[in-house]
Amino acid sequence: MSEERFQTESFEELAMPLFDQLYNFAHWLAQNREEAEDLVQETYAKALKGFSSFQPGTNFRAWMYRILRNSFLTSRTGLRVSKTVSLDSDDDGVPVPSVPDTPESILIERSDERLVQTAMTALPVNFREVLLLCEVEEMSYQEIAEALSIPIGTVMSRLSRARQALRQLLRQKLQRT
Amino acid sequence: MACEQWQAKLDTYLDGELPADEMHAFDAHVRTCPQCAPLALGRVQMRQTIRAAGKQFAPTPEFRRRIQQTAKPRKSWNRGWSLAWAGVVVLLLIGVFTAYIGQRRGRRDHLYTELADLHVATLASSNPVDVVSTDRHTVKPWFQGKLPFTFNLPDLQNTDFTLLGGRVTYLSQTPGAHLIYQVRKHDISVFIFQDRVDGVGAASEFQQKSNFNIKSWREGDLLYFVIGDAAVSDLNRLSDLLRAVKS
Repeated sequence: MSEERFQTESFEELAMPLFDQLYNFAHWLAQNREEAEDLVQETYAKALKGFSSFQPGTNFRAWMYRILRNSFLTSRTGLRVSKTVSLDSDDDGVPVPSVPDTPESILIERSDERLVQTAMTALPVNFREVLLLCEVEEMSYQEIAEALSIPIGTVMSRLSRARQALRQLLRQKLQRT
Repeated sequence: MACEQWQAKLDTYLDGELPADEMHAFDAHVRTCPQCAPLALGRVQMRQTIRAAGKQFAPTPEFRRRIQQTAKPRKSWNRGWSLAWAGVVVLLLIGVFTAYIGQRRGRRDHLYTELADLHVATLASSNPVDVVSTDRHTVKPWFQGKLPFTFNLPDLQNTDFTLLGGRVTYLSQTPGAHLIYQVRKHDISVFIFQDRVDGVGAASEFQQKSNFNIKSWREGDLLYFVIGDAAVSDLNRLSDLLRAVKS
């Protein structure tokens, strides 16, 4: 994003197009509407306040997600989650090789949307967020690293573990049905 | 490269994050490999399902409006209002300052009018002074016990000025010394008060009131006023003589 663009565009013009996806992400993190709204409200208020100090040329979307995520970490749910799941220290920076695919995994891949939603909800929040940023927001590893304030190597390994965990959950759910 | 090695990189490939040469090589392999192609296809389907499942939550229109209000550019609005407020504050300060100056000037005018009245009334009196003497060593001690302060009077030898005497006077309920000097038939009043009389400007200043010239100044905690119809130069010389002696 060029500096010239930042000089001419207002905060509203840059931030409002991200509103729907930020809300969706916030709801996935908080798992309830009221808290998601609080998170998004807080994110926009903080971002507007800090907009004058935002570095033109850096990634505005990643910056907004980072504010949202930091707000989540200090929220009621975020603090509760951080007591049970380490949000940043579970990775060694080494990508985990994919599990060799089997006919069963092909079945998992054909799981329906509802089943995948349930499985994603059951994922630990650190896996859920990295999966959402990659698969739903289609962010690059670099962008995810900026949004989550973690190294790219950690993004890769966490993403790999998240995908494995999702497969495992789907496998369990399919076995029950 | 064996298929297992390709498959280990399948997700990174589908994320578009492999180096360019590996991406090209993977493209070529996956199109021709009967084992990897269906796996890649299955993985792509899985991603599409995750993408659809992930876009699950939508904000309410009411919340959208609320955020739009938060995100609105208030900078120019704030700047405009800030300038307006700054203008209002400046106007208020000017108003307060003008009122203060006006009030102060009004008090001073009132003070000088009173002094001019005292000067005229004293001279019109058949007994303008209570201590009649040209000797400063007689006049000054006469005020002892009559005033809560003391002062010194200048030696007038080799000057045109003559001390006629003095009396106790009051200004704004404050007692003070009223001395009368003469220079070439012109009577000049010198008033000395403690610095409790409001309405006097700082340092020395010259004013005119009812065609009388008035000079005032502060000396320590005493206020001096010299008033008369003599020339300004005469009032200045008498003022200089008074200021030259230490009270």
